[in-house]
Amino acid sequence: MIRDITIGQYYPGYSSVHKLDTRLKILMVLAYMAAIFVASDFVGYVIVLIGLLCVVGVSKVPGRFILRGLKPIFIIIAFTFVLNLFMTKGDVFVTLGPLQVTSQGVYTACYMALRIIFLIIGASMLTFTTKPVKLTDGIESLLKPFVRFGMPAHELAMMMTIALRFIPTLLEETDKIMKAQQARGADFETGNIFRRAKALIPIFIPLIVGAFRMAGDLAMAMEARCYRGGEGRTKMHEFRFGLRDAKAIVWFAVWFGLIVCERIFDLQSMLVAWLS
Amino acid sequence: MRNNKSGPHCLCGPFCIMMTDNIIINIEDLGFDYASDDGEIAALTGVSLSLARGSFTAVIGRNGSGKSTLAKNINALLVPTRGQVTVGGFDTQDEDRIWEIRRMAGMVFQNPDNQLVSAVVEDDVAFGPENLGLPREEIRARVRSSLESVDMYDQRKMAPHLLSGGQKQRIAIAGVVAMRPDVIIFDEPTAMLDPEGRGEVLDIAKRLHAEGITVLLITHFMEETVDADRLVIMDRGRVAMDGAPGEIFTRTEELRALGLRLPFAVDLAEGLRARGVPIPEGLLHEEELAEVLTCLNQK
Repeated sequence: MIRDITIGQYYPGYSSVHKLDTRLKILMVLAYMAAIFVASDFVGYVIVLIGLLCVVGVSKVPGRFILRGLKPIFIIIAFTFVLNLFMTKGDVFVTLGPLQVTSQGVYTACYMALRIIFLIIGASMLTFTTKPVKLTDGIESLLKPFVRFGMPAHELAMMMTIALRFIPTLLEETDKIMKAQQARGADFETGNIFRRAKALIPIFIPLIVGAFRMAGDLAMAMEARCYRGGEGRTKMHEFRFGLRDAKAIVWFAVWFGLIVCERIFDLQSMLVAWLS
Repeated sequence: MRNNKSGPHCLCGPFCIMMTDNIIINIEDLGFDYASDDGEIAALTGVSLSLARGSFTAVIGRNGSGKSTLAKNINALLVPTRGQVTVGGFDTQDEDRIWEIRRMAGMVFQNPDNQLVSAVVEDDVAFGPENLGLPREEIRARVRSSLESVDMYDQRKMAPHLLSGGQKQRIAIAGVVAMRPDVIIFDEPTAMLDPEGRGEVLDIAKRLHAEGITVLLITHFMEETVDADRLVIMDRGRVAMDGAPGEIFTRTEELRALGLRLPFAVDLAEGLRARGVPIPEGLLHEEELAEVLTCLNQK
């Protein structure tokens, strides 16, 4: 099951999207999310979809991999869809017992479901094409201007780096503890949900104790290597803003401009009027 | 029993330790107390040691003998309760010099998992140089040369959790080497490794020593001490024996009283000698002993 969750995973590759400046990617994802809320009708969504498909195409991340990422949030999408379908007031379209489906309901339901799907896929494209380590560096770099207002940018980035480093170690540790408890007759599989939750206590307590020990050891090792916070620290990786990034900005601006124009000038109505 | 003022001082490689310029670490009458529920517990009492630049010293002792506390006092992770520790002439109690001391005296810890900071090997090696505020190009050059010096350059993009214990420990060593230290303190670096990993780490330690780095190896495996220039035995927070390994291994009774056993080759040679097999004195390595035994067999 856990293997199915592709959200937040990195898909190794050497595409232009992978090589883009991380800071730019983060900002573009934020702008993209805003754009989804700007786009308000069918034509707007077509523009969003075209932009998204272009990025996916260039990144060479397989569609299967991306769709698998939607699986865990399928329930949320379905829930939103059903709720909007039945709860929107308007012209009655179909009546199912006590429930009424309105034509506005169908429209809003599709609209909201698509919005969530676009949001998730767009955000996933960032993590699919950016190594977690680079992502933390990018976040640190973007937050740097806020340091003077008390934002602990370096500390946040260091926490994320360490968390990423220790996830596999803690998983290993959990596995070890589970096996040790099972060897002594612990049973994690039978019983009702309360019994099973209770059976996890002998796993969590040693795990937490172990995590604290690890943290102590790591802090000592970091100090021994002259770590004293972000001050006076340099970085090996540098973000270089290149031609590729400039081109990406131009394309993105064109796409963003289209969505805004579509909204302001209501291209959809113009298109409909022109066609009829 | 204490023997730290005589003998070993002239066993320290090409330079005689008597020239004080060549002393990199000087520990004088060091005492260290741990705070515990029952008040202060003395972990170290009256420890005096001088390490010559370029020497290879092994420290061995039972659990709780204070050997790890000694190591942490050298790079200012702990500061003395009594006495004084100087590294490269700087007192570890001098707060202004603490980062310089930690750069000079690098430390490799026991647990390979708990001392790596980053999820990418090369980023982890860069951690120390980044903390020193070095320019980017210099960091890159150092990361490359230190990874090459531990034979891990090909794995530079890998995640540490995919490496073996010995490999992780080599990354930790590279992280220290990248800071260009004068001394590397190995605090039981092999305790959590399999025999293969132990061999890898010891080979690297010897190689770094050959390149001119002063090595202080803390261990509880006697076999790991045979290549050192000097062997210090700790017992209950004190220096119990101090001398060349070859000399110390002849003092079997004292060792036994301290709860330590001889390295396998030395022990076997002694046992054979006691049964009248003519084996020359001063054999420390299993390979040497094997050679002698084959020669004997052929006669």
